[in-house]
Amino acid sequence: MLTGILIIFLFIVSLLLFALPNSKHIKTIALLGSLAAFGISIAMLFQFLNDCPCVLTFNPDILQVLGINFKLSIDGLSILLILLTTFLTPLIIFSSFENKREKPRAFYALILLMEMSLVGVFAASDVLLFYIFYELALIPIYFIIALWGGKDAKKITLKFFIYTLIGSLLMLVAILYVYSLTPGVHSFAFNSFYNVILTGKAQSWVFLAFFIAFAIKIPIFPFHTWQPDTYSTAPTQGSMLLAGIMLKMGLYGLIRFVLPLCPVAMKDWGFYAILLSIIGIIYSSLIAIKQNEMKRFIAYSSMAHVGLIAAGIFAGTFNSLEGSIIQMISHGINVFGLFFIYEIIVRRTNNGNISSLGGIASKAPIFAIFFMLILLGNIALPLTNSFVGEFLLMLGIFEYNAYLAFFAGFTIILGAVYMLWMYQRVAYGEVKPATENFHDLTKQEIIILIPIIIMIFWIGIYPSLFLKIAEPVVRNIISMTNIIPN
Amino acid sequence: MIEYIWLVPLLPLIGFLLIAFNFKRFQGSVSGIIASSAIFVSFIISLIVFIEIYSSKQTATVQLFHWIKFNKIDISFSFLIDQLSTLMLMIITGVGFLIHVYSIGYMKGDSGFNRFFSYMNLFVFFMLLLVLGSNYLIMFIGWEGVGLCSYLLIGFWFKKHENNNAAKKAFIMNRIGDLGFLLGIFMLYYYFGTLNFNGIFFQAHMFTIGNPTITIITLLLFVGAIGKSAQIPLFTWLPDAMAGPTPVSALIHAATMVTAGIYMIARSNVLFVLSPITLLIIAIVGITTALLAGGIAIFQTDIKKVLAYSTVSQLGFMFLALGVGAFTGAMFHLTTHAFFKALLFLAAGSVIHALNGEQDIRKMGGLKNKIPITFFTFLIGTIAISGIPPFSGFFSKDMILIGAFEANSIFWIIAVIVSLMTTFYMFRLLYIVFWKRSNKEDLHAHESPKNMTIPLMILAVLSVLAGAFGIPLVFGGNDIIGNFLSPIFTESTNIIKINAHEISHNTELLLMFIPVIFVFVVVYLAYYVYVKQKKLPEADNQKRPFFSNIFFKKLYFDEIYNALFVKPALWLSDFLHNIIELKVIDRMVNQAGNLVVWTGKTIRYIQTGNVGFYLFAMVISIILILIFKLFI
Repeated sequence: MLTGILIIFLFIVSLLLFALPNSKHIKTIALLGSLAAFGISIAMLFQFLNDCPCVLTFNPDILQVLGINFKLSIDGLSILLILLTTFLTPLIIFSSFENKREKPRAFYALILLMEMSLVGVFAASDVLLFYIFYELALIPIYFIIALWGGKDAKKITLKFFIYTLIGSLLMLVAILYVYSLTPGVHSFAFNSFYNVILTGKAQSWVFLAFFIAFAIKIPIFPFHTWQPDTYSTAPTQGSMLLAGIMLKMGLYGLIRFVLPLCPVAMKDWGFYAILLSIIGIIYSSLIAIKQNEMKRFIAYSSMAHVGLIAAGIFAGTFNSLEGSIIQMISHGINVFGLFFIYEIIVRRTNNGNISSLGGIASKAPIFAIFFMLILLGNIALPLTNSFVGEFLLMLGIFEYNAYLAFFAGFTIILGAVYMLWMYQRVAYGEVKPATENFHDLTKQEIIILIPIIIMIFWIGIYPSLFLKIAEPVVRNIISMTNIIPN
Repeated sequence: MIEYIWLVPLLPLIGFLLIAFNFKRFQGSVSGIIASSAIFVSFIISLIVFIEIYSSKQTATVQLFHWIKFNKIDISFSFLIDQLSTLMLMIITGVGFLIHVYSIGYMKGDSGFNRFFSYMNLFVFFMLLLVLGSNYLIMFIGWEGVGLCSYLLIGFWFKKHENNNAAKKAFIMNRIGDLGFLLGIFMLYYYFGTLNFNGIFFQAHMFTIGNPTITIITLLLFVGAIGKSAQIPLFTWLPDAMAGPTPVSALIHAATMVTAGIYMIARSNVLFVLSPITLLIIAIVGITTALLAGGIAIFQTDIKKVLAYSTVSQLGFMFLALGVGAFTGAMFHLTTHAFFKALLFLAAGSVIHALNGEQDIRKMGGLKNKIPITFFTFLIGTIAISGIPPFSGFFSKDMILIGAFEANSIFWIIAVIVSLMTTFYMFRLLYIVFWKRSNKEDLHAHESPKNMTIPLMILAVLSVLAGAFGIPLVFGGNDIIGNFLSPIFTESTNIIKINAHEISHNTELLLMFIPVIFVFVVVYLAYYVYVKQKKLPEADNQKRPFFSNIFFKKLYFDEIYNALFVKPALWLSDFLHNIIELKVIDRMVNQAGNLVVWTGKTIRYIQTGNVGFYLFAMVISIILILIFKLFI
C-alpha cells in the first residue's frame, strides 16, 4: 500500500513542480517532497520489519490486460534499494542548492520523476511493469544531462540513450519470449516467470539478452564506453543519480531475472561473465590511475567497484549475493560522496583537473577529513561499509573459484593506488593558484556529508540490520537457482 | 577485570574522537595530555588483566556483538585474552604510553600537534584490536587500521610530496601483503567454516603434517606478514617510512605495528607447524632479510635510516626464530626489541631535536658531553641490541640462536654473522654521532626537556632488565617468559622438537659465548675505524667502492621495482586508455552506431514515392517468398 502511495506521491510532486512558476521556492518544495518520500519509505521499512517474512504487496485491480498487473511488492532487496533511492535523492537535491540552474522547476521535476521511476523499478512485481519503469527512468536522466550538461552534452547523451535502449530492446525480446512460455494464462507476474522452465539452449539466449542489457547499464567491460563521457558531461546531480542509483537497476535485474530464469546458462556462461567483470575491474582500475579529470576518475573507479558486485552476483553463492546487496547500497552512498566532494571542489575552484589542484588539506582541514573518510569507504577499509560488502563478495567469489578471487582481489591493491594518489595530488602538497582561496566546508555542505559518513560507518561497524533484511531474499534466489547454498 | 577488556581499546578510541572533534579548539599540550592519559589508563587495565592471566593461567573470550552474521557465517566482535595477547597489550600500552609522553615534548610547537595525537591514539586503538581480536577478521580490521594510521603518520608533514610518496608506498606495499592475508582468510573459512582462532586451531589437528592445503594457507598468511613486517621482497617501504616524525618511527615502525606479522604467525603457530615447507621458507626469508638489511645498514648515513634497516634486520631475525620453531624466542625478542629499538629511535629523535632537525650522521659528532642523558640511553640501547650480556638483547638473541642451531647449523652461522653486523653498524653509529672529531667545530646542541628524557630513562632500564624474563636454564634461570607462553606454544614446540637434535648444556654455553667474544672484537673494530682513525662515511658526491656503493644504494630494490612494476603500470594505464579504450572499444561502438546511420541513409533512397516501384517490389517479394516456400 505504502509503495503505491510513494510512487503516486512522487508523481504528483513532480507534476506540481512542472506546473509551478519558476521561483526560489522550487528547490525547497523539491527537497521537502523528496524528504517526505524518504519518510514514507522509512515507514515502509518499519511495516516491512514488523511483517516478516517480509513481503509487502500492492495490487490494485486496474490493469489486467494480457496478464499485465500493476503489482508492486516489496522484499528485502526492494526495500533496501528503495531506501537507497529515497535516501540519496534529498541529498542530491540539497547538493544542488548552491548551483544556479536555468529552468529549476523542470530540473527538480525531472529528478523527482526519476526517483519515481527508480522506486517503480525496484518495487515492480510484474515484468512488464518493471520494464516500463526501467525505460521511463531513461527519459528524465536523458533530459537532465542533455539540457543541463556540459560540453557535447547532446551528442554524448544521444549515444548513452541509444546504447542503453539497444540493450533494453534485447531484454524486451527476452521478456516476451519467456512470457509466451508462461504456464496457463500468460502473465507477466514475476511468479509466473519463475515458474517457466526453460531448456538449456533457450536459457543461453535469454541469458545473453539480459546480460547485454544489464551489462550496458551497470556497465560491465567492454560495454562501458558511454559511461566516462556521460558522467563527465552530466551535471553533477545527474552523475549522482546515474552512478548512485540508476546503475543498480542493472545489478537488480541480474539478481531478479538472470539468476532465477537461467540457472543452467549460469553454469555454462557464468564463469565468462565473471571473467569479463574481473577484466573490467583491473582494466578500469588501471585506467583510473592516470585520469586527470576528476569526474572521469570517479567514473572509472566506480566501474571497478561495480564490476566486483557483478562478479559476485554471477558467482551466485550465498555470501557473494549477500555481499552484492550490501555493496550496492554502499557503492551508492560512497559514489554520491565522491561526486559531492568533486562538486565542492568545482564550486571553489571552477576546476576539476587533478593536476591543477593541491594543498587543500592545509586550506580546508575539515573538508580534507570528510574527503579522507569517504575515500576510506571507497578503498574498503575495514569498519567502513565497502569492507563488509567487498569481503563477502570476494569470499563468495573465492568459494566459486579461488583463482578468480585472486584476480578480483587486485581491486584491493589498485583501489588504494589510484585513490591515494588522487588524494595526495588534490589535498596534499603545496597550495596551488587554483586552491589559493579554498574555504572550508559550509554548514550546508556538512549537513549533506554527515548522513553519508554515518552510513559509511553504520554499515561498516554494525551491518546486521542490512544483512538481516537481505538474507531471506538471497535464500529465496538461491533456492530458485538450485545452486547449493554453502 | 577481564570482562572490562573492551575498555583497553575503547579509551584510545575515545581519545582519538575527543581530539578529532576539537582539533581546532585544543591549545598547547592539551591533546597530548588527553592522548597520553587515555593510553595510561589502558596500560593500567592491561596490567591488571596481565597479572590476572599470569596468576590464574586462564584464558577468556569476551564477546561484544555479532559483526557479520547471516546464513552460516558468524563473525563476532570479540576479544581473546590469553598469554600472547596480554603480553602484546603490555608492550603496546606500555611503550605506547612512554612514546606519547615523549611526543608531547618532541612535537611541541608543530602546527599539526592535535592531529598528531589524534592519529597516534587511533593507531593504538587499531593495534589493540589487532592483538585482541579472537578471530582473523577482527585481527584484519586492526591490521588494515594500523596500516592506515601508519600512512597518515608517515605523510604527517604532507606539504612535501616526498613524505606523501613514502606514505603511499607504505600503504600500497602493505595492501599487497593484505591481499595474501585476505586470500588466506578465505581459505581458512572455506576449509574450517569459521574464522575463530579457537575453532580453527582445534580443527587443525585433523590435518596431517605437510598437508598442501595448510601449506597454501600458511604461505598466504605469511605473505601478509611479509608486507606488514617489512621482509623481502616487500621491505622497501619501511626505510622510506622514516619520513614521519621520529616518535612514529619508534612506536609504529619499530615497537608495535611492524611486529604484527610476528604476532600473527606466533598466534597461528598451530597451523604453521603443520607445514614444514612454510616454516623453512619463513626461516630463509627471515635470515636473508636480516643479512641484507644488516648489510645495507652498515653503509647508511642517515641516523634514522640506519635504525630502520636495523629494524628490518631484527624482524628478519624474529622470522628466523618462527621458522625454526622457536616461537618463544621470537616473542621474547619482539619484546626486548620493542624496548631497545623504541629507546634507540627516541634517543635518535632527541639527537635530531638537539640539532634542530639534522639527520645526517656525517654532520654530527662529539655530542657525548653535550647531551649526556641522550648519549647514555643511546649507549644502553646499543649495548642491548648488540647482544652483550647481561643486557636484554643477549638473552633474546641467544634464545633464537640456540633454536637456529637446533634446526640447522647454517642458520646459526648466518645468524651469528647478522648479529655481528648489528653490533658493527650500531657502534659505528654511536661512535660517529657521539665521539668528538677534532677537525670539526663544536655543534650547538641542547639536552631535551624532561618529558622526553624520562621516557628514555625508563626504556633504558627496561632494555637492561627485560632479559631477566628469559634467563636460560643453564644459568639457573627459570625461563619466565617460556613458562608464561607455554600454553600457547607447547604443542607446536613438541612437534618441532621431534626433528630437532637436543644439545647438551656444554654446547649451549659454547654457542652462547663464541658470538659474545666476536661481538667484543667487532666493538673494538668499530672503535678503531670510527674513533681512532676518525673515518667518516663518504660524502654523497664522492665515488664509493663498488661493494659499498651497492649497499649504500640499498641493493637497487627501489630502482628494480620502479622498472618492473611502477613504470609498466603507468604505461599500461595510458595504453589502455588511449589505445584500447578510445581507439578500439569506443571506436567499435561508434562504428556500430555509424553503420546504423549509414544503413538508414542508404535505405532511405528506396523510398522514392513512386507507387509503381513499390508494386514492383511487392510482386518480386511475393515471388521470392513462394520460391522460398517451395524449395524449403
